Amino acid sequence: MEQFVPVKRSKDGQPVRYLVVDDSVFARKNLARMIETFGGQLCGEAGDGMTAITEYDRTNPDIVLMDITMPQMEGIEAAEKIVQKHPEARVVMVSSVGYQENIVAALQRGARHFVQKPVKPEVLYEVIKYVMGDDGTVASAAGAGD
Amino acid sequence: MKMELIQPFINAADAVLAQGLQCPMSIGNLSMEEEAYRRKGIAALIWITGDIEGRVILDLDPQTAVRVASKFAEAELPETDELVRETVFELANQVIGNAITVLNDQGFHFRVHPPVLHTSEHGPKSSEDTEALVICFETGIGDVFMNIALRYSHSLRTEQAAAVGQ
Repeated sequence: MEQFVPVKRSKDGQPVRYLVVDDSVFARKNLARMIETFGGQLCGEAGDGMTAITEYDRTNPDIVLMDITMPQMEGIEAAEKIVQKHPEARVVMVSSVGYQENIVAALQRGARHFVQKPVKPEVLYEVIKYVMGDDGTVASAAGAGD
Repeated sequence: MKMELIQPFINAADAVLAQGLQCPMSIGNLSMEEEAYRRKGIAALIWITGDIEGRVILDLDPQTAVRVASKFAEAELPETDELVRETVFELANQVIGNAITVLNDQGFHFRVHPPVLHTSEHGPKSSEDTEALVICFETGIGDVFMNIALRYSHSLRTEQAAAVGQ
């Protein structure tokens, strides 16, 4: 898998920490590998919306990558609950179902962005940079291998 | 079989497999299934309800499933690995999710049910109003079969008939 110039946290230069929420183990592993290529750190995983909320409280991630269709509690509802409690939360929806209504519903309920599966690493990388905004910094290419 | 319902699924499978497997791919045999569906190996079945109803099965023989899962995992997986089944399920999810995205933007509304493992050797038979189409995608690492049996819902067909009758 392609390596990207690491995205770090501006405040302390540490790797961006991710919580990955998907009921598919395959999808979680796939996203975890992408995160590694972005220089990020996987701080937690969840297989449903309910667990995502408790994992958010426990890990306090910089970014949440959240599937939509999941058992117990769907991703949009979980995103809304997380953002209600933590307005600073950056939730990116990652779903194969990318029709307009779904995207609008997710954004209206607190998600910052939407990425359709199958996820292209270069697309997710750009979204991460955008969502992190000034709180993220891209290490210089010269320092990327350090 | 309404091709306008089927085409988004073919396009989605083509795109999802081509991107994931990164190998040459072509659409091979395409046939109408009149007899009961005969399972090839690891098969994920997804039911769809709403304006369009029916089911889609993504089916890979065990060796192909292992090769496909190993390709995605970037590691050799044993046939018994749970990740092999998970890979087939997630591929089915992505194909159906991408297809219904297109159909939804055309005004159809549905509910997609989570994939279930299709374990029986034979599937349900086609019916007069729900013929099944089997498409074989020939990839560089084996064949992937997609069996689609879809129809417009009863309420939608009634609406369409009423509109034609006006």
